[in-house]
Amino acid sequence: MNTNLKPTIDNTQTGYESFKIGNFTFDRDEYFAYISCPNGEHMMSIDAFLRAMMRDVAWGFFYGTVAFDDVFGTTNHYGNVDVFIGSQHAEWTKAERDYLENFKSDELMDVFKALLSDWTNEGFDPFAAPQETGNAWGRNNGNEDKLISRQREVAKRMVGIPGDAPLRSDENGYPVNRAFADVDQSQPVIEAEPGFEGELHAYNFFAFLSRSDVTWNPSIVSVVRQSLFCPTTEEYILPIDHGNDRVEWFIQISDEIVWDIKDGKTSAPLATVTMRAGDVSAQPADIRHQGQSPKRSMLLVWENGSPEIMDMIKDGTVPIVPVTF
Amino acid sequence: MSAEYKTVFASIDDYRKGGVHCLNEDPKRYVFSNLYEVAATNAPYDRIVVAKNLDYTIEAARAEGTSDWMVCAHDEFVVAMDYDVEVHFVKLADDSIVDEDKDGFVTLQGNPDGQKMGRILMTRGHQALLPEKTAYRFHSNKPATLMLQSILGEETIEKWADICLK
Repeated sequence: MNTNLKPTIDNTQTGYESFKIGNFTFDRDEYFAYISCPNGEHMMSIDAFLRAMMRDVAWGFFYGTVAFDDVFGTTNHYGNVDVFIGSQHAEWTKAERDYLENFKSDELMDVFKALLSDWTNEGFDPFAAPQETGNAWGRNNGNEDKLISRQREVAKRMVGIPGDAPLRSDENGYPVNRAFADVDQSQPVIEAEPGFEGELHAYNFFAFLSRSDVTWNPSIVSVVRQSLFCPTTEEYILPIDHGNDRVEWFIQISDEIVWDIKDGKTSAPLATVTMRAGDVSAQPADIRHQGQSPKRSMLLVWENGSPEIMDMIKDGTVPIVPVTF
Repeated sequence: MSAEYKTVFASIDDYRKGGVHCLNEDPKRYVFSNLYEVAATNAPYDRIVVAKNLDYTIEAARAEGTSDWMVCAHDEFVVAMDYDVEVHFVKLADDSIVDEDKDGFVTLQGNPDGQKMGRILMTRGHQALLPEKTAYRFHSNKPATLMLQSILGEETIEKWADICLK
């Protein structure tokens, strides 16, 4: 039986390249991405695929699993990465259609970066909210390498401290986003006594967030050892399902996000978590979550980057929930 | 004409919690609480853990009046979540009184011996560094909400069953 059901790809017509790593092949046409492996094929709308790929690349494969949808994704083992089709979906594994291959992180990253560069057309910013960018459709037409290579702010201690990651401003290319035009831009008043100038530090955290030019892409603004405040602004849908390998916390700063929670191994729906301003919620280490933000909102993602956690993940002793009561 | 948006923040006297709808799940696993509710329903400057990852914490506190002086062996950060709050700082004359092996904040008895460094006047959204081994205290003329980034210490309060959805 011929099981190759992938539609005909004609790169001479579309101008796109196909990409291959191990037994995986990636193709695109005007509307879709196609992922092929020895057990079959999977297709995704190209805009959703590029938005997911943008996060996987920008986050260095992130913590745990980046699921592009219920079928295709990557799982980070920190130095090497699984690429899978169907491995975290109950029906695919039951049918033994799932396929997984492991790659060195840097080799996979090279392929994904090249793919993202070739497949992203001029005018489409996969980091941007849908209302703030063009579309991903059509034949190969230029690139947006400048946008897709932008770096997030990563503070060593706190943004705005001299020598640390800078604050955002009109002058350095971060105007206030259209959805946050009403956010107060005043800065804290610092009254230092003589001799202590430069020793007291504060800034307007919400104003910093109001100037984010991307969605679903955390920066790091303050650090207590390995405790990382990673705020981000969210609009429309998180382009991936994030399957964490450790507990993660969300603190909703403004507006609302509705999180769909699924089982991390089977993709079965588990719960819906609706978060409004001031709400705090843990995300257990055995689930996948995907957020939906009807209006651009501010979210504080709180991560623990401890090497101790890496060891616990390897040992299988990492806590699934942060506290019990 | 460009669209106009209203950003919805909350405050200690005006918040609306979300929640958890479960299909086949225990809502307690999501450790769901609200910073403003915790501040509104607890004593001034009680530092209640609302998020914990191993020993790291995010704490909520009600600012009202003047707090005791506190100090910590490591950096901490504070965010004013709704109303005006002042933070006053003192450079300790002898910072060896800070136990470097102890995580989390420690309340000092009385006024610290040292030089005034100054103060920071914060309002909604402002984040300040609380530098290691530097004494600090808060002041607020009316109830306000603080969010603190710190590490679990002997004085940090955990009361999960009281603050979380069940």
